[in-house]
Amino acid sequence: MYTVPLPRIGTDIAWRDAARRLIGAGVSPEDILWDFGAEIGELFATATPLPPLTRRIKAPQSFMALADTVVWHKDPQRFARAYALLWRLRHQPGLMQDRGDPDLAKLRQMEKAVRRCQHKMKAFVRFRDLRQGGARRSFAAWFEPTHLTIEPTAPFFARRFADMDWMIATPDVTAQFVDGNLSFHRGQPKPDLPEDGAEALWGTYFCNIFNPARLKVQAMTSEMPKKYWKNLPEAAHIQSLIEGAEEKVQKMRDAAPTLPPLRAERITRRLRGEDP
Amino acid sequence: MPHLDLSQKLAILSDAARYDASCASSGTARRDSRDGKGLGSTESSGICHSYAPDGRCISLLKILMTNFCIYDCAYCINRVSSNVSRARFTVDEVVQLTIEFYRRNYIEGLFLSSGIIRSPDATMADIVRIAKRLREEENFRGYIHLKTIPDAAPELIEEAGLYADRLSINVELPSDQSVQAYAPEKNPDTIRKTMGDVRTRKAAATEKSHTGKRGKRFAPAGQSTQMIVGADESTDATILGQSTRLYGDFKLKRVYYSAFSPIPDATAKLPLIKPPLIREHRLYQADWLLRFYGFDVAEITATTSDGNLDLDLDPKLAWALQNRALFPLDVNRASKEMLLRIPGFGTRTVGRILSTRRHRKLRYEDLLRMGASLKKARAFITAQDWSPGTLTDSANLRATFAPPPQQLSLF
Repeated sequence: MYTVPLPRIGTDIAWRDAARRLIGAGVSPEDILWDFGAEIGELFATATPLPPLTRRIKAPQSFMALADTVVWHKDPQRFARAYALLWRLRHQPGLMQDRGDPDLAKLRQMEKAVRRCQHKMKAFVRFRDLRQGGARRSFAAWFEPTHLTIEPTAPFFARRFADMDWMIATPDVTAQFVDGNLSFHRGQPKPDLPEDGAEALWGTYFCNIFNPARLKVQAMTSEMPKKYWKNLPEAAHIQSLIEGAEEKVQKMRDAAPTLPPLRAERITRRLRGEDP
Repeated sequence: MPHLDLSQKLAILSDAARYDASCASSGTARRDSRDGKGLGSTESSGICHSYAPDGRCISLLKILMTNFCIYDCAYCINRVSSNVSRARFTVDEVVQLTIEFYRRNYIEGLFLSSGIIRSPDATMADIVRIAKRLREEENFRGYIHLKTIPDAAPELIEEAGLYADRLSINVELPSDQSVQAYAPEKNPDTIRKTMGDVRTRKAAATEKSHTGKRGKRFAPAGQSTQMIVGADESTDATILGQSTRLYGDFKLKRVYYSAFSPIPDATAKLPLIKPPLIREHRLYQADWLLRFYGFDVAEITATTSDGNLDLDLDPKLAWALQNRALFPLDVNRASKEMLLRIPGFGTRTVGRILSTRRHRKLRYEDLLRMGASLKKARAFITAQDWSPGTLTDSANLRATFAPPPQQLSLF
C-alpha cells in the first residue's frame, strides 16, 4: 500500500511524477491512497517511499492534458479516477477516443467543470486599485472559485496584466504577481481591500447597457450563477433592474410621440440637399 | 447643453449603444503583454465578463462616441428627430474608461460606435483617433471593435482596420426597400461597397508579396453586421436569404439579428412592439444550420407556407419532422452529413460519434454520454440496442415537441 502525499501548490506536477513511478512499477489502483494536502500522512507516518523512476512511461498526450486539468477538481476521487484510467490505458490504447466509456466520460465531465471554473475566474475576478504609487500600479482581488483553479489560471492574468502588480486571493491558494514574477502562497481569509471609485462607473455602465424590454433573468443566471454575485460589484444593481424593467418599457410605450427638436428639420433638409 | 460629468455621459452613451447586439471578443489574433510594456491580451475565445438581466453577455465596453446624429433612421434612438439627451465623450474620456475598466478585469476591450456628426469622414476620423491612441500611446493589446461609418473615406476605413480586431457596418434592415423607407439617409449600395472594401483589404493583408512579406494585419477578427428583425414586414426567408448573400459575398464572420425593441421617444412611423425574442432565437438557430450543418435556406424555410420559421420548434426539428422518410438513421453507419441533420445532435456530438465508432458499435447509453439530446433524437435514430419502431412515423410526434398551446399567449 502506497500513501502518496500531494501538496496544495504544485499538485499537478506532484501527481504526474507519482503516477509515472507507480505505473512504471506496476502498482495497481487499489494499492494507492492519494493524500491531498498531505493530511493523512501526518497521522499515519508510515508512507512507503515511492518506487524509483526506472523507465520512460508513455501515455497519450490527450490523457496528460486531461489529468493536468482534473487534478484541480474538488472531488476527492479525482486522483484515483485519473490513475485508474491510466492503468486501463496500458492495455487499451484506443480508450481515449472512446467518448462513450463511462470512466472516461466521468473524467471528461470533471475536466469540463474545471475548465468552466477557470473560465469563470477569468471573467469574474474584479481587481481593486490599491493606489500605492510607485512605478507600477498595483491591484488586488478576492475570489472564491468552485474548484482549486487559481494555479492553472494565474498565468492567464500574468499574460494579460503584465505591466502592473496584482494579487488574487482565494480561500485555498493566493497568486501574486510582482515585478513580472508569479508566485503562489497558501490561501488566506478575505483581505480588506480599499474602495475603488471605478466600481460606481462600472455599475452605471451595467445599468445602462441593460435593455429592460428583453428581460431574461434565467439566461443571465445560467451563465452568471448567484454564487458569484457577492464578489461582483455590478451584481448589487441586478434586483432593482429586474423590478423596474416592466415599468420602464411601459413608459416608453405610453409616451406620445414628441415633436422633433427644432434643429432636426434644418439638418435633414441640408442633408437632403433641399436647402439653398 | 448642460454640463455633464463622466458618469452622466457614460449613462447616456451606453444606453444609446445597447441596441447593437454584438459583444463578441473572440477569433482574433493572439496577443499578450508578457514583455511588460503594454496592457492586455487576446486569446482564441472571448470572455463574457458579466451578464445583464436581459441575458446578454457583457464582454466589451460598448459605447457611442456621441449620440448626436444628423441621420433620421426611424428605428434608432439617436435619430436627429428624437428628443433623447445628447452627450459626447472626449477622446481622453473614452481612452481612460477603456483602460481603467480593463485593468480591473471588467472588460475584454472596447466596442466603439457613433452617431454621425458633421460628416461621415469627420466622425470616422474621430473614431480612428481613439483606436490609434489606445494602440500606440497606451500600448493597449486588448480587443477593439470599431463600427465603420457608411460613406466614410476608404483611407479611414483602412486605417481603422490596422487598429481594430473587428470592423462592422450594419445593413440595418433585411431589404433595400426597407432601408430606403426607414433610414432614408443610408444607402444600401454604399454599405455593401464598404463591406466589399473591407473584404478586399483583409484578403490583401493576408497575401504575401513577392518578397514573401505579409501586409500589416487588417481586422484579424473579420467583419460583422446586424439586421433588425420585426421592424419591417420582411419574412424569415428574406432575412436568411440576405444573410446567406452577406456570408458569401463579404465573408462576414457573423450576422447578428436584433429583435426590434422599444426605444424611448419612438417615432409614430414605427409603433413599438413587444420585441420578437423567440423569432430572433429561431433565426440564430437557422443561421447556425446554414453555416455549420450543411443546410440551405430553401430547406429551412420550406417548413411553413408563409416563409417564416416555425416559432414552436427549432428549425432542425421542424425540418426533420417534414422529412421523416429519411429517418431513422443508423448512428453506426450514417455519413457525417446525415448525422448533422439529426435533431438533438450538435457538431460536437457528431464528432464524438465518428471518433468512437471507429473502435466499436454505439449503444443508446453511449449517445447520452456524448451529449446528445435524446429526447429529440430518439425518434430519428437507430443504435445497436435501440430502434424507434413506429415512433418515427407516429402522427402525434410533433405534439410531443411543441409547447402546449397556453404558453403561446405570452408572445
